[in-house]
Amino acid sequence: MDIEKLRFGTELVKRGFAKMQKGGVIMDVTTAEQALIAEEAGAVAVMALHKVPADIRASGGVARMADPKKIQEIMDAVTIPVMAKVRIGHYAEARALEAIGVDMIDESEVLTPADPFYHIDKRKFTVPFVCGARSLGEAVRRIWEGAAMIRTKGEAGTGNVVEAVRHMRIINHAIMNLKKMDDDSIFRIAEVYSKAYLKLPSGVNHEFENRVDFGGDEVVYEDYTLNQIIDGLFEVLKEVKEIGRLPVVNFAAGGVATPADAAFMMQLGADGVFVGSGIFKSSNPEVYAKAIVEAVEHYDSPEVVAEISKGLGEPMKGLDVSDLEIHLQERGL
Amino acid sequence: MRVAVVGVQGDVEEHVSITEKSLKSLGIDGEVLTVRKPGIVSKSDAVIIPGGESTTISKLIWKDGVAKEIIEIAESGCPVMGTCAGLIVISKYGDDQVRKTGTKLLELLDVRIKRNAFGRQRESFEATLNIEGIGEYDAIFIRAPVIEEAGNGVKVLAEFDGKIVAVREKNILGLSFHPELTGDVRIHQYFLTMV
Repeated sequence: MDIEKLRFGTELVKRGFAKMQKGGVIMDVTTAEQALIAEEAGAVAVMALHKVPADIRASGGVARMADPKKIQEIMDAVTIPVMAKVRIGHYAEARALEAIGVDMIDESEVLTPADPFYHIDKRKFTVPFVCGARSLGEAVRRIWEGAAMIRTKGEAGTGNVVEAVRHMRIINHAIMNLKKMDDDSIFRIAEVYSKAYLKLPSGVNHEFENRVDFGGDEVVYEDYTLNQIIDGLFEVLKEVKEIGRLPVVNFAAGGVATPADAAFMMQLGADGVFVGSGIFKSSNPEVYAKAIVEAVEHYDSPEVVAEISKGLGEPMKGLDVSDLEIHLQERGL
Repeated sequence: MRVAVVGVQGDVEEHVSITEKSLKSLGIDGEVLTVRKPGIVSKSDAVIIPGGESTTISKLIWKDGVAKEIIEIAESGCPVMGTCAGLIVISKYGDDQVRKTGTKLLELLDVRIKRNAFGRQRESFEATLNIEGIGEYDAIFIRAPVIEEAGNGVKVLAEFDGKIVAVREKNILGLSFHPELTGDVRIHQYFLTMV
């Protein structure tokens, strides 16, 4: 057998991995014990963290990639895929997670961003990435950069679903509008979306009193010129228009706390659900985890959602988004 | 013809759409249904168990009562196809991972399965196979299982790197890879002609 014919980390292999998670629940865990509870409850994957978002929010300071030793303990404990988070733009953290064999990397706004200008060029990696988005523009940029999965940003660590709902509705509405547009209009949208990559070059140019003759052939991100980026975003947008949805799996995340929250996000068109603080900040994690898995499976059966929501105990306490000092969703455009 | 795709978790839509496409290309009049509740599998002519997480899919089909119906319909001779996680679920014998997670198998296919046989996602790949009855085929392996041991009645349809990755035992078809992720309808056509 000619092993040279093996093709690793192709777009099909990366996007395919994300598709295998569909209809499932991905749970935040901080220990091997929690990971086993998640697996036993029927989670399709776990997100290995140093602290759940609610605790990251409470403790403040800089939130970074979790200790690889901790992540490895979790990888050794369960048979389902293990994901872990890196700071936005932090190539070295991402390479380290790839080196230990994490199954998917979440380039996450829940951690403190490392790069004020750019996200990681995810096509350079063999391991697939998931990224947060709160609008079609953010989603399309991340997909162009190579993300194999998108999730709503929501507002992590709040136990308040309102922001996840906002982001899912905004993306759905934008796709609906896009379907009515011709190629010229879509190209204009691609040009608008490309502006997010100009923060660094235009900032530098400003310091030069705009003496740099700034055109489409300027390299603005990795090896890509502005024109190449616009063309790339245009291609992603055309695909979104053609299939009427994002070309990668789109999960709900950031504030999902109850089985009914999870069912609601599925009704809004999510392909699956991330539950962060919601499970291990509830009074009965085992029962809560199972109930959320079933709610996602039977999201369109109100009687099932009602039955599994009975006597679950206390959900995580939760926070009103308007009382927050820090909005994690504003990180990484 | 009615084809049921077990839809509790995994890449269900992909199987539904490629099955519809295959029916059309074969000129067969039929419908493809997604199943998350009892009562549909028993009225179908063929069943597909998709890729996903075998631990999750197994839990949910046993809980929902879909598992028993799949076993009954398989025993009556209707074709059943399992791809990746689906292959694990239809197998008779599991490995340490299957035992450790207490994953309950449907025991339809006389094989011993090994989960995540090539490694983690980093080691997932595409490769060209030679499948008996189909020919050269570009297959996608994602944290794929392989068949370590196959019973006498099991026909090996394809191997990769010395490992068994596609088998058929009478009306049961098991694949390590994901025919639903490509545009290639030949495997689904092969399966539908088993009906």
